[in-house]
Amino acid sequence: MKPSLKKLLPTAIAVVGIGALLFACRTTNPGVKTAVTNDAAQKVFVAPGQYDEYYAFLSGGFSGQIAVYGIPSGRLLKVIPVFSQNPENAWGYSEETKPMLQTSHGFVPWDDSHHPELSQTDGMPNGKWIFINANNTPRIARVDLTRFETDEIIEIPNAAGGHAAPFTTPDGRFVVSATRFSVPIPNTDVAISDYKKSFRGTISFVKADVPGKMEVAFQILMPGYDYDLGHAGKGPSDGWFFFTSYNSEQAYTKLEANASQNDKDYVAAVNWKRAEECVAAGKAKTTPSSYKHNFIDENSRIATSETKTSVAMLDPRDCDGLVYFLPTPKSPHGVDVDPTGQYIVAGGKLATVIPVHSFAKLQKAINDKEFESTIDGIPVLKYNAILAGEVKNPGLGPLHTEFDGKGYAYTSMFISSEVVKWKLGTWEIVDRIPTYYSIGHLMIPGGDTKRPWGKYLIAMNKITKDRYLPTGPELAQAAQLIDISGEKMKLLLDFPTIGEPHYAQALPASMIKDKQVKFYSLAQNSNPYKIMKEAEGGINRAGKRVDVKMLAIRSHFAPDNIEGVQLGDTVYFHVTNVEQDWDILHGFAVLGNNNSELIVAPGETRTIKWVPTRVGVFPFYCTDFCSALHQEMQGYIRVSPAGTSVPLIAKLSDKALTQTGRLEKTMPTKHGHE
Amino acid sequence: MSKRSRLLTAIGAVLLAALYFVPLWSIQLFAPQYPEGLGMSIRLTTVVGNRPNDLNTINQLNHYIGMKAIEPEGIPELRYFPLVVAALIALGLGAALVGKRGVVIAWLGGLAAFGAAGLVDFWRWSYDYGHNLDFEHAVIKVPGMTYQPPIIGTKQLLNFTASSWPAAGAYIALAAFALGVVALVVQSEAIPPVIPRSAATRDLHSPARGVIA
Repeated sequence: MKPSLKKLLPTAIAVVGIGALLFACRTTNPGVKTAVTNDAAQKVFVAPGQYDEYYAFLSGGFSGQIAVYGIPSGRLLKVIPVFSQNPENAWGYSEETKPMLQTSHGFVPWDDSHHPELSQTDGMPNGKWIFINANNTPRIARVDLTRFETDEIIEIPNAAGGHAAPFTTPDGRFVVSATRFSVPIPNTDVAISDYKKSFRGTISFVKADVPGKMEVAFQILMPGYDYDLGHAGKGPSDGWFFFTSYNSEQAYTKLEANASQNDKDYVAAVNWKRAEECVAAGKAKTTPSSYKHNFIDENSRIATSETKTSVAMLDPRDCDGLVYFLPTPKSPHGVDVDPTGQYIVAGGKLATVIPVHSFAKLQKAINDKEFESTIDGIPVLKYNAILAGEVKNPGLGPLHTEFDGKGYAYTSMFISSEVVKWKLGTWEIVDRIPTYYSIGHLMIPGGDTKRPWGKYLIAMNKITKDRYLPTGPELAQAAQLIDISGEKMKLLLDFPTIGEPHYAQALPASMIKDKQVKFYSLAQNSNPYKIMKEAEGGINRAGKRVDVKMLAIRSHFAPDNIEGVQLGDTVYFHVTNVEQDWDILHGFAVLGNNNSELIVAPGETRTIKWVPTRVGVFPFYCTDFCSALHQEMQGYIRVSPAGTSVPLIAKLSDKALTQTGRLEKTMPTKHGHE
Repeated sequence: MSKRSRLLTAIGAVLLAALYFVPLWSIQLFAPQYPEGLGMSIRLTTVVGNRPNDLNTINQLNHYIGMKAIEPEGIPELRYFPLVVAALIALGLGAALVGKRGVVIAWLGGLAAFGAAGLVDFWRWSYDYGHNLDFEHAVIKVPGMTYQPPIIGTKQLLNFTASSWPAAGAYIALAAFALGVVALVVQSEAIPPVIPRSAATRDLHSPARGVIA
């Protein structure tokens, strides 16, 4: 029988109806709706022209740099090039800065920067510098906070993966670096399967309180585990340093499973004042090691790379009471000391509790010799003898803890993607807030110091799916600003960041905002290629090397017509920005340069190398929009065939000469200007 | 003159010594590119930027409009005005010492003349800088536009708002002048009324006195 349309229609409607109903009932993610309180916009709104309350320094993770944000607005203020070449301003390309990226492996143009650390005095940030680690080729950099520039980089020898770095001692004398990867020491050709026999870890103490004089004061030879993070003791625990380790199984393959076997790994408690005593008593062995120390001279602003050839290595077996192991559940990651210095909080990535060790109990256990075993001369203390308490059921994947100075601790939970607030002493959980998504570190300004500024918390998230407009396969990572001034945590803002915002530090803007350098003193500039007057500029040939000394001023270069360069020459442009005025930077770029452009700060001399690849006339111009006549700030350089008779010429138009002539008269020539 | 008048005159004279140490006049320049402002101060002996390099920056910017560079070495008044002030201090102290009304008046006259000369000179130089432009090399040429800053007040000069105001030195000079004037007035009041003794005696016996009593 042939069913009529009339009969079928109600059935069809019913089927479609049920389908629509099922479609509507589909499970939706309950977590995506963000609860933002009504006053959130007001709390993060910094009116145009107004300043933020805090500077926050977020590491760029795999970008190798540091990004500076204003808090609470989340506005990006600056990206400071540290370990990665930055063609934008010639960091690592200019002749002056290339030595900064030298390592014992040669020139390493990138790295993976994880942990910024503000320099401290008496357990509080002093606003002088910020340190940051290179995770790949172990290094520590020092960034000056009056210039927001990297000034010094030291390589860490006998190490691989400088992850537990560069945490500072409260007195600011040392920053530390512990190896993520254990390696053969000295690193030679051994079978990987010889791991247990040959591979060791090191913990380095780097003297860091004198600019330009960073040095590896000593290293402590440790069992072949992976060392993850560290924090110094303070107050009663001052003089101690705590490092997490994992892979006490000493696996060298499929660590994912093989390093997750033991119920507990260790927090290493290092008595660094004892270490200094042992080093002073000659108990460290001078160990040949080759590593680089790179630093920028204050006046010439030229980097020097020097090679160091040895390091003092201390074996815990030779120095009683140097290191103790604190058993800690399940591959601990973060280790954080509360503001009073009494409690040491460890975040066991796979643990179901957050264990808190007591420094007082730790000392008692050492005195009472409550050891369960000894590993390579390191006593292992009994877990129950040192435990202050455990935070029960905190969530999944506890990683890092910071403090608000009001008796509360905040721990990030990677797997359950949340921040958990709990009370020190009672270990009870008082609040939790979701993060979007998969939080790694969290940061409270001063949250790792003696007196935190406990107003904001920044969660740094690895995954941002569905949080922003999508941008292809790779999405921005993000930071989330949470108000912790009240009893309940409140989400205020989230903002995307450069690279991976791995960890951060922050301080009140008032500590550094008025100390900013506005320009470099031309009079103090001791770069040998500096020129103050056009008459000093020009061109010089030495074999196949051609040096052009050039002046940049609003709005021209001098010289701006250059001839006599031959194919096969290597040309060095030494550009001095003779401006002595804030925010008047000049750029310099020449067509087809395989190198980079230059950005030259006022009063500074910068050098860029150019190897012409063909005969012709090539323009150069200013790349930093400097003035109304920025587009006129240009010139030409002529490249002739090799062996040509074209004479070396570097000249400037009469009009420009007149301008410079008048300015030379008023240019400051002595140290103190007017 | 009374002791008090002589003391006031002396203080006025000594006050003038401050002119060697503080700015006399101040010019402030604000522009979108310089929200923090640029400034220069006219001192007795020189012209300086308010911050290191302000003057240099002002000169550099002025090249766009063809203005001459401001070079304190090229302004002879900055060399002989300090001598004039030294002379005025000496004259003031002298007036206090001799205590003659005429000398104080001469000192005040000198001070006023110096102030007037200074302002005229300031105007003359700023006129020269603002009008005598090198159009051949100027990058920005606005027909009919001149760039003389005001002596007192505020004026828009292209993107710059130029303000010119007396500074501490001008007020101190004014205070010194005022002290001299006060010295004269106080001295006038201190002189007893010139009334013939006989008239006074007669007064006592006048019938009118009885009425008052």
